[in-house]
Amino acid sequence: MTKRPQPQTPPSPQPPVGVSPLDELETPVLSLTQLAWRRFRRHKMAVAGVIILILLVAYCTIGALFIPEEYANYTDTGLRLQPPSSEHIFGTDTVGRDIFARTIYGGQISLLIGLTAMLVEIFIGVLVGAISGYFGGWIDSLLMRLTEVVLIIPQIFLLLVMAKFFGGSVPNLTIFGREFSGSVIVIVLIIGLTAWPYTARIVRAQFLSIKESEFILAARATGTSTLDIIFRHILPNSIAPIIVAATLGIANAITLEAYISFLGLGVRPPTATWGNMLEGAYNYIDQGIYWLWLFPGLLILLIVLSINFVGDGLRDALDPRSRAI
Amino acid sequence: MSVILEVKDLVTRFDTPEGTVYAVNGVSFHLNEGETLAVVGESGCGKSVTMMSILRLLPMPPAKILSGSAKYRGQDLLQLPEDVLEHNIRGREIGIVFQDPMTSLNPVLSIGYQITESLKYHLNMNEQQARQRAIEMLERVGISDPARRLSDYPHQFSGGMRQRAMIAMALACAPSLLIADEPTTALDVTIQAQIVELMIHLREQANLSLIWITHDLGVVAGLAERVLVMYAGYIVEEASVDELYDHPAHPYTLALLAALPRIDKRRSQRLKSIPGAPPNLLVKPHGCPFAPRCELAFDRCHIENPPLGAIAAGHSSACWVDVNTGRPQ
Repeated sequence: MTKRPQPQTPPSPQPPVGVSPLDELETPVLSLTQLAWRRFRRHKMAVAGVIILILLVAYCTIGALFIPEEYANYTDTGLRLQPPSSEHIFGTDTVGRDIFARTIYGGQISLLIGLTAMLVEIFIGVLVGAISGYFGGWIDSLLMRLTEVVLIIPQIFLLLVMAKFFGGSVPNLTIFGREFSGSVIVIVLIIGLTAWPYTARIVRAQFLSIKESEFILAARATGTSTLDIIFRHILPNSIAPIIVAATLGIANAITLEAYISFLGLGVRPPTATWGNMLEGAYNYIDQGIYWLWLFPGLLILLIVLSINFVGDGLRDALDPRSRAI
Repeated sequence: MSVILEVKDLVTRFDTPEGTVYAVNGVSFHLNEGETLAVVGESGCGKSVTMMSILRLLPMPPAKILSGSAKYRGQDLLQLPEDVLEHNIRGREIGIVFQDPMTSLNPVLSIGYQITESLKYHLNMNEQQARQRAIEMLERVGISDPARRLSDYPHQFSGGMRQRAMIAMALACAPSLLIADEPTTALDVTIQAQIVELMIHLREQANLSLIWITHDLGVVAGLAERVLVMYAGYIVEEASVDELYDHPAHPYTLALLAALPRIDKRRSQRLKSIPGAPPNLLVKPHGCPFAPRCELAFDRCHIENPPLGAIAAGHSSACWVDVNTGRPQ
């Protein structure tokens, strides 16, 4: 961890010589963001998480500048199951593809799935939670029952059934000159469509309490429209838990994608993801061909752990009840 | 002098799991153009609920406006469609300042945003015009360096400054009527005095009609022209300020005045408190609501609620007793 050492006690600014204690109180007022950043920095694991996350993103993006995608998908069965060497530093897989190159491009897809699935999840969750919490009454009852229906079905089974059902129904897409397996879209949608209930509940709870605040009454008294009240007044006040939910949502989506792909129902090769790279590996686990599962597995572990640490740090940093400065 | 607001027989109730709360029980009053009306009474007497009912700001349900009308320049606010009320009345014609400036400003939006929001919405101003107007408003309410302060957030303002910002917000669109719901209650006395002074100044400047809700009779004396005294959802006395202080005609008003600390009385004298507790609003009112706490009450008071009747020009009271003699009228 590249981090400068910190004192055990919270650092208190040393008043310069000649400054009375009263002046010390007159520190410049910190904005909410500055306060949150100060609290976040104190959370060492979260800072480590951010650094690992940046390194992983750099690995997937900068690495791609040096290695073309064709190389990652290039098969040569004559070179299958080569152990790590100077030629293939992570070895080769069952059809002779270079694992190092595939972890780079697979990482891109895994991150992409994590981010977009999170966006779908947050979009639906915020919408359902906001409408439910703000309007209440029968709308609330209806939406919350719907939320519970999605929530009580075990997510993995739902995902597998949906992946099986919709898999292959979306044609391959070409975005930015790159071809994506249509199964990526399917995975993103089904993860997003099954993961939103948690966000919806968090947002609903926030709306329920914030809509009763004086400042919402004051906003209504100045003639603010309902839409503005929901999206400009209440939503920014509930942004902290939403950010935390979004962060953890990314990690969750990456894990779920790995599950499904591992079981062979996720993203179809040749498009690589960290998850589907593990798929072919389990047959070889007892044969000492460790490089098949070690590298993608390690990367999944690292990214999920670091995102979770960041999420934890954000939760502490953005907690409005926290008194720490 | 024309009437700007006329409220008639307003009845507001809340349906709660504990039962029906009889919050406002047939309140009628009027406000003249450019006049300042004070509404006094203890907590929970229906002062705020009355004003919130007029602007339909109460959460419905549980609140229910059972009957009555609130004519603002001839338009019945209780019958207007919600979108018309939102666009043409709230914040545009009628502004409100709330009691607690610490909680009445949105903590995540800048002061500037909160003032310009209604300008853009009601007056169709563009960003630049709205900003200009907001600076002007902050200056008028006495906030120094307004251009810089515009991008500040509420937590960077002190309590008094926040209340000034609230007033700037409420007056931004130049409403004709301002309802001030205990705007000084949450402030300390020096700031209170400043805010009252500011309101007097702004009222003169903008020819504002003002409804000032308070439970501080001291503030009323320096500010209002006419006073409504409310108790348990009823108006029990209505009079001009001088008349009310000189010839209070309702035992409740008398008791309130007696409970007021006076600078010209002996210090050793204890303040008189009103015996008993405010009535439980969950009980359907019968008889005079003040009767259980009233020193002058007699049989009839417990059975029949006295109507608000004129006792002198511009002075009405709801009491069966003549407070001067202590005997039934």
